[in-house]
Amino acid sequence: MSVLSEELRQKILAYVPRYPNKQAVTLPALHIVQDALRCVPLEAIREIADLLDLSPAEVHDTMSFYGFFRDEKQPLGKTRLWVCRSLACGLRGAEELLDTVCKKLNVQPGGTSADGKITVEFAECIGACEGAPAVLIDDEARMNVTPDKVDALLDELRQ
Amino acid sequence: MADFEPVLLRRILKKASPWLDAYRADGGYRALQKAVHEMTPAQVVDTVKTSGLRGRGGAGFPTGLKWTFLPKDHPGPIYMCINADESEPCTFNNRILMEEDPHQVLEGIILSCYATRASTAYVYLRYEYGRSYRVMQQAIDELYNNNLLGRNILGRDFHLDIYLHRGAAAYICGEETALLESLEGKRGWPRIKPPFPAVEGAFRKPTVVNNIETVACVTHIVDRGADWFKSMGVPPDPKNPRDTGSYGPKLYCISGHVNKPGCVELPLGITLRELIDKYGGGVWKGRKAKGAIPGGISMGIMTEAEFDTPLDFAGPAKVGCLGLGTAAVTVFDEETSIVDVLYNICRFFAHESCGQCTPCREGTGWMLKIMERIRRGQGRLEDLNILEVAGDQMGIIPGTTICGLADGAGWPVKNAIRKFRGEFEQYIRGAKKSRLLELVKTH
Ligand SMILES: Cc1cc2nc3c(=O)[nH]c(=O)nc-3n(C[C@H](O)[C@H](O)[C@H](O)COP(=O)(O)O)c2cc1C
Ligand code: SF4
Ligand code: FES
Repeated sequence: MSVLSEELRQKILAYVPRYPNKQAVTLPALHIVQDALRCVPLEAIREIADLLDLSPAEVHDTMSFYGFFRDEKQPLGKTRLWVCRSLACGLRGAEELLDTVCKKLNVQPGGTSADGKITVEFAECIGACEGAPAVLIDDEARMNVTPDKVDALLDELRQ
Repeated sequence: MADFEPVLLRRILKKASPWLDAYRADGGYRALQKAVHEMTPAQVVDTVKTSGLRGRGGAGFPTGLKWTFLPKDHPGPIYMCINADESEPCTFNNRILMEEDPHQVLEGIILSCYATRASTAYVYLRYEYGRSYRVMQQAIDELYNNNLLGRNILGRDFHLDIYLHRGAAAYICGEETALLESLEGKRGWPRIKPPFPAVEGAFRKPTVVNNIETVACVTHIVDRGADWFKSMGVPPDPKNPRDTGSYGPKLYCISGHVNKPGCVELPLGITLRELIDKYGGGVWKGRKAKGAIPGGISMGIMTEAEFDTPLDFAGPAKVGCLGLGTAAVTVFDEETSIVDVLYNICRFFAHESCGQCTPCREGTGWMLKIMERIRRGQGRLEDLNILEVAGDQMGIIPGTTICGLADGAGWPVKNAIRKFRGEFEQYIRGAKKSRLLELVKTH
C-alpha cells in the first residue's frame, strides 16, 4: 500500500521540470507530503526516493537535517503555532508568551494539544520583529501577540 | 536628509497596488524595456559596477564586480540564485519588499539575469515567509501571462524562468553555499570555497547569489543611472584603501525597546542615534538605551556611548563590531540585563550551527552552556575569559571554520564581554538578577 496518493505523486512530479536534476525536488516533495499528511512517514521517504531516483537514505539525510520535518511518531497537529523567541521578541515578552501558550495547552514546546488541534513550537526570528512578540501560524505571521491575546488566538485555532 | 525621496519604499509608503498594471502605471518595467532594447548585458553590468552598489545581504560585496567573476563566453546554463532566506534575527526588510511591491523585486531579478546571461533564477525563500511566497508567485504568474518571463521576453532573444524554492526553517541556508546545497536537495552544509559560486555554483554551473534588496536596487540603477545612485550615501574613506564606499539608499530595520519599531529607508550613513531618536520614536517608556545590535545579532553589540557611529559599510567596524550586516538595529534599554541579551544571542547560534566544523559546533554549544550557568547564578569570573577567547578563535577570520556563521556567533560574545565586563562581573558576584530566568527554565 503506498502512502502517497496519486494526487500527491503528481504534485511532486510537477516540480521535476523546474530543475536540472531530480534531487532538487527533495525539499518541495517533503513539503508537499508534510502539508498533506502532517508528517513524513518512512514509507513516504521510500516513495519520494523512488519518484526522484534517489536512495531513501539521501532523502532521509536531507529531511533529518531540517528540524522542520516530523516523522510518523510525532505528527503535527492541525495547526502549527510557532512562538518566536529571538532577540527582538525576547525583549518584548516572547518568553512570557511561549510560557503562557504552553501552560494553556498543557504542552511543552514541540508538543501537540490533547485534542490534536495545535502543535506549539518555539521559532528563531520569523522576520516579523516590528510586531514583537510575534508568532507564526503555519506560515503566516501574526504580530503583537501579547499574553492577553492568547485566549482569543487559541480559540480561533481550535475552530 | 529632509529632502530624501524614498526609492525602494516609494510605492509601499503610498500603499500602492502590488499588481502588474499598477506597477507599470508607476513607471514599472521601464528599466527592463530600456535594458533589453538599448543596452547590451555588458553595459548593464558596467552600470551596476559604476554605481558602487554593494550587496545588501550582509557581506557588502560589490555587486557588479561579483557579476564579472562569471566565466566569459560560458555555454550555459548560468544560474541566478536570489537569497530570500532572510533569517538574520531582527531583519525583515526583504519581507516588506516582497509582500508589498513584488514587481520591483522581480524587475531587478530579470535585469540581473539579463546582465549575467542567467537563464533560470531560483528565489530561495525561507519557509516562514508564506505571504511573500503567495504574493511573489502571483506576480510571477502575471509576468508569464504578459511576455515578461518565459521565451523571447519583449520580443528579444532573451529567455528566463523564475522559480520560488521554499526552505525549511534553517538559518544556515542563508549562507550562499548552504543555500546552493539546500536548493540541490541536500542538507544545508556550507561548501569550502574556492570554488566560488561564480565558477561552480548551483548544479556545478556558474551562479550568482544576490539578496532581494540588492536586486531591488538594480531596478533603479538601470532606470536612473549610476550617478544618481552615487548621489546618495557615503564616499570611500581615502584613508582606507579597502573601503569602496557606501552608496545608495538602505532599508534599516528598527526593533526592540523603541516606541516605533519598523523599517525605514534612508541614504546609507545615518548614525544609530539619529535612527533611534528620529525614526524609531526614541527609547520606550522614557528610558535610556543600554545598547543595541547594529546589523543583525551577528554583527556584535554597540554601547549607548557608541550610538554616534554612522551605519554605513565601514562604520560599525570602527567600534569593534563585525560590520553593517543587514542594518537591522535592535535596541535594549537600561533595565535589560546584558546577561539576558547575550544568553538569547548564544541560544540562537547554538541552535542554528550546522555542526559541520568542530569549533563552531562545540563553541556555540559551550558558549550557551556557560551563559546558562552564569544566568543561574553559578558563573565564575574566569568564565568571562573563556567566552572571550572562544569568541576570538572561531570563524573564517581566524581561519577555523568553513562559513561565517561562527564569526557571527563569536562577535557579540566578545563585544559583550569587552564592553560590558563590569555588569557581567556584578551579575556573577550576585548583585544583579535576570528578569527572565524563571520563565526560560520552564521550556
Ligand atoms: C550564516 C550566514 C547566513 C546568511 N544569511 C543570509 C540571508 O538570510 N540572506 C542574505 O541575503 N544573505 C545571507 N548571508 C550572506 C550570503 O552568504 C551572501 O553573501 C549574500 O546572499 C550575497 O548577496 P548580496 O551580495 O546581494 O548581499 C548569510 C551569510 C552567512 C555566513
Ligand atoms: S562555521 Fe558553523 S555553520 Fe558554518 S559550516 Fe562550520 S559548523 Fe556549519
Ligand atoms: S525576533 Fe521575533 S520576529 Fe524577529
